[in-house]
Amino acid sequence: MRGGWFKVYALVYLVFLYAPIILLPMFAFNDATVIAFPLSGFSTKWFAALVDDPPLHDAVRNSLIIAVTTAILSTTLAVFAARASTRYRFPGKAGLMGLIMLPLVLPEIIVAVSLLSILLMARIELSILTVILGHVLICTPFCIAILSSAFQSLDRSLEEAAYDLGETPFSTFRLIILPLVMPGIISSLLISFTISLDEFIIAFFLAGTEATLPVYIFSQFRFPQAVPVIMALGTILVCLSILLLSIAEFFRRRGLARSGAKDTGGFL
Amino acid sequence: MTVKPTMIEFRDVQKYYGDYHALRGINASIRAGEFFSLLGPSGCGKTTLLRTIAGFEGISSGAVLIDGKDAAQIPANKRPTNMVFQSYAIFPHLTVEENVGFGLRRAGLDKAEMGRRVGDALAMVGLTGFGKRAAHALSGGQRQRVALARALILKPKVLLLDEPLSALDKKMREQMQMELIKLQRQVGITFILVTHDQEEALVMSDRIAVMFEGRIAQLDDPETLYRRPKTRQVADFIGTMNFLPATVLSDTPDGCEVEVAGLGRCRIAADQAPPGGNGEETTVGFRPETLTILYDGQAAAARETPGTVEEVVYYGDMTYYDVKLDGVRAAVRLSMRNVPGRPVLDIGTRARVAWSPDALVLFR
Repeated sequence: MRGGWFKVYALVYLVFLYAPIILLPMFAFNDATVIAFPLSGFSTKWFAALVDDPPLHDAVRNSLIIAVTTAILSTTLAVFAARASTRYRFPGKAGLMGLIMLPLVLPEIIVAVSLLSILLMARIELSILTVILGHVLICTPFCIAILSSAFQSLDRSLEEAAYDLGETPFSTFRLIILPLVMPGIISSLLISFTISLDEFIIAFFLAGTEATLPVYIFSQFRFPQAVPVIMALGTILVCLSILLLSIAEFFRRRGLARSGAKDTGGFL
Repeated sequence: MTVKPTMIEFRDVQKYYGDYHALRGINASIRAGEFFSLLGPSGCGKTTLLRTIAGFEGISSGAVLIDGKDAAQIPANKRPTNMVFQSYAIFPHLTVEENVGFGLRRAGLDKAEMGRRVGDALAMVGLTGFGKRAAHALSGGQRQRVALARALILKPKVLLLDEPLSALDKKMREQMQMELIKLQRQVGITFILVTHDQEEALVMSDRIAVMFEGRIAQLDDPETLYRRPKTRQVADFIGTMNFLPATVLSDTPDGCEVEVAGLGRCRIAADQAPPGGNGEETTVGFRPETLTILYDGQAAAARETPGTVEEVVYYGDMTYYDVKLDGVRAAVRLSMRNVPGRPVLDIGTRARVAWSPDALVLFR
């Protein structure tokens, strides 16, 4: 019965992982203010409350601006870095790439505290811009990881073939390289967007008065009557996250199918 | 036969990768319309040399001339050369016809003309009707053909082929060899093939440059290369060659008198014996098929030497024997066609081996 115990283990694991997330929509649609069983009745009033909440709208707007900008900036930077690291050989490459990838394993609180001290020392006012700065720092390594594998799977002779057939280096990039790494670029955009959107620590430290969505949500937990509203908001965010990650995975698989490569497991 | 004009010329081409000396003074001319092969073991510089023609590799010194013009002045995307890559480098996100027509993008052709040219190119490689297929859904042989059509559509002066058949299985490879030969005759342009497969080079080429360690060891037509290799290294690389120690007794302009271990004294014609000193210890080489085992009642046309069969390898149409000639330490290999009346001999059989001094090549 070895297989049987494995099944039980897997089931417990999944329950532990997903039960809290399933509770979100349950209480979001529950009639009562208190988060407790039994459920008292179906209601959409918490969702309605979201519509009439200007500070929330500001936070959503801030978060979207930060996430979109972060996604574009970090993906752009990562395209250059990934291309350079896979295509060219130069002295100190390994060390340089290691330093760029370091924020991946660095505790965010350390990144946040050191950024905050530097910004304060430089007398730079905290704003959306400073959050974007921090988020680009932590997102870029993720983007490089995704894009490196996209660039790595590119056969060097594809570029040479296009060049050989009369294209310029730039048109080769546009016609051959870019379309082939596009699935990687899209998943990089989506993943950095997601990371930035729900990042809390750096946003909390660097946002100043411009609260982002996670920071706003955290602040609302002080008020018991706001908790079901947060549940409703959480439900919407979970749905959006699933949607975004599915799109990212879709593009990754389509990229594989297009180039006829074997699926070696996704980034996710 | 008129000598065709030179298409590619290498003038003392040197190439360094850091400290590594990849090309060590290449001098050669490749004629227009020729099927030329660069043959050698991996790491001998043959692919590097091919890539200097394409423009993917610069050279450290010397010159590469394409149709009389210094190639250094022409970037790779403007050279009248096109390449078939070892990996085929088919653009995976494009269809077969988009791949084949890729080089025509800049020609400014209208849709109908473009379609006609792509159709012609596909017909030439036997892929009519495959135009709309996705490139990644093709088999190895089909990719190879797409790569050929794509490279030939620009009507280059020179087609460069970098080990194009190495990824195919034996049957497919042999079929593609014949097709490439026919294609080259049909289009009439210069083909330069890089290969490590000596048989492939012999089958396909008008001339072959055998390369070792960044140098051309010998440049000749296949028959000369096979029958009169200039060095032991070349002889060893192309086909099978037996070697026996020999002493030069006298060296005259019309030939060489040598004493060969096991075979005895004989005369080697001057064109098969480079000049050198008398009394020199050298090596004599001969191909397996130049030796014959004599059956009862048969007499040797030239000379015969007794020996003992040490190993028998049966190939169906041929049998290979390793025979230890009396008075020689190592066995020599010889091949016999299996025809009626010639039973396959057993190991240990005493045999008479016929040979001819005409088949001997002297290596200094």
